[in-house]
Amino acid sequence: MFRNQYDTDVTTWSPAGRLFQVEYAMEAVKQGSAAIGLRSATHVVLATVNKAASELSSHQKKVFKVDDHIGVAIAGLTADGRVLSRFLRSECINHAFVYESPLPVSRLVVHLADKAQVCTQRSWKRPYGVGLLVAGLDETGAHLYYNCPSGNYFEYQAFAIGSRSQAAKTYLERRFGAFNKYPREELIKDALSAIKETLQGEKLTGAICTVAVVGVGEPFHVIDQKTIQEVIDSMEIREEAAADQGTTQEEDKSSEAAPMDI
Amino acid sequence: MALSRDWMYENNGGTCVAIAGADYCVVAADTRLSIGYSIYTRDYSKICNLAEKCVLASSGFQGDIKALQKNLAARHLIYQHQHNKQMSCPAMAQLLSNTLYFKRFFPYYAFNVLGGLDNEGKGCVFTYDAVGSYERVGYSAQGSGSTLVMPILDNQLKTPSPLLLPARDAVTPLSEADAVDMVKDVFASATERDIYTGDKLEIVILNASGVRREFIDLRKD
Repeated sequence: MFRNQYDTDVTTWSPAGRLFQVEYAMEAVKQGSAAIGLRSATHVVLATVNKAASELSSHQKKVFKVDDHIGVAIAGLTADGRVLSRFLRSECINHAFVYESPLPVSRLVVHLADKAQVCTQRSWKRPYGVGLLVAGLDETGAHLYYNCPSGNYFEYQAFAIGSRSQAAKTYLERRFGAFNKYPREELIKDALSAIKETLQGEKLTGAICTVAVVGVGEPFHVIDQKTIQEVIDSMEIREEAAADQGTTQEEDKSSEAAPMDI
Repeated sequence: MALSRDWMYENNGGTCVAIAGADYCVVAADTRLSIGYSIYTRDYSKICNLAEKCVLASSGFQGDIKALQKNLAARHLIYQHQHNKQMSCPAMAQLLSNTLYFKRFFPYYAFNVLGGLDNEGKGCVFTYDAVGSYERVGYSAQGSGSTLVMPILDNQLKTPSPLLLPARDAVTPLSEADAVDMVKDVFASATERDIYTGDKLEIVILNASGVRREFIDLRKD
């Protein structure tokens, strides 16, 4: 009821102790196309759905390499995401220049969170309208963080953001316990399955998604479309074979997807 | 020199040479690091791989050189993020020139030779002074032994006069193996008379199949 009175400025509290502009910024993240991340003890996989504004245009870039050991996937205002990726890259380069070693992931997300917080406490600024899934590897192992427009960040075993992400989250919640021990290939398959959950019936192809991985001995890179298509094809063959045998392969059945978010 | 309160440089000596060929480039430098009449170490690399097809060899004050190399490497990383590809050698050459001139009034004490393959795969060598004046050439030498090396290279590699028409390539027609042999000979000669050159010779060869590195012993006196 009071929402409209207290939501003009980011520097105005509501009587209930909320900053509505920040919450609206988090809404912007939910409107973006899906991005998911999952990690094992040695690898982290990021996957995003490629949404194009129209059939004539190319899709927006949602996965950015930040350094050899860190990459991000974004959901929300991709322009804000691009600018923040440039900031992250520059932080990594500056750290490596001074300390001759890669920036630990936990430090990077703190810098990013502090930057986001500034925009929640200046009347002449607005919060960044983008959520970032930061995937990285450092001395302490593989990490996946989620950075909010609010300036909060959390570490996850697996997470999904963006539109219809609840379907992916439910899928991941069922299976995340085993992720730590998964080999790289299984992680990628699970990432693709999670993406499939968010597509709600649309066909999963290598062209509709972007998958990137970082791991021990493997610098961050986007996996090429052809390889992804092969993985999808092998997953479908497995699914068909299981269906033929009459066994239920729960993870590949999109008909069992959980209710939509939004 | 080191005790003077306002002299901020040192010369760590050494010689750098580069020769461009039709489809290769040879960049070489000795590995001796000196100060005054002493040796700091016999095993210090003056060569830095800036990009896939671009190698920098620098002689002079190694403190400034280390900073210069790090600066260029960081700029190259930014370039890769923005353009999704490696910097070409001519692009890096311009960047190096601009970086040096940026400190026109407190220069990097670095005498550089940049070698690599250009966009067509031909060898290219760029030679610099301390403040960024540069030129694409077929071969070059910089550093304490450069005055001993350059006349030999001039004699052997016979760059055609720029006044000739049609324009001739500055790159040498020598084969890669011959160019490497020439570099070895030239360093052996420089080592004889220049006290700052010696110990080991590091040779980096760039060609279409990638980068190769060789180490040759030089006189240690």
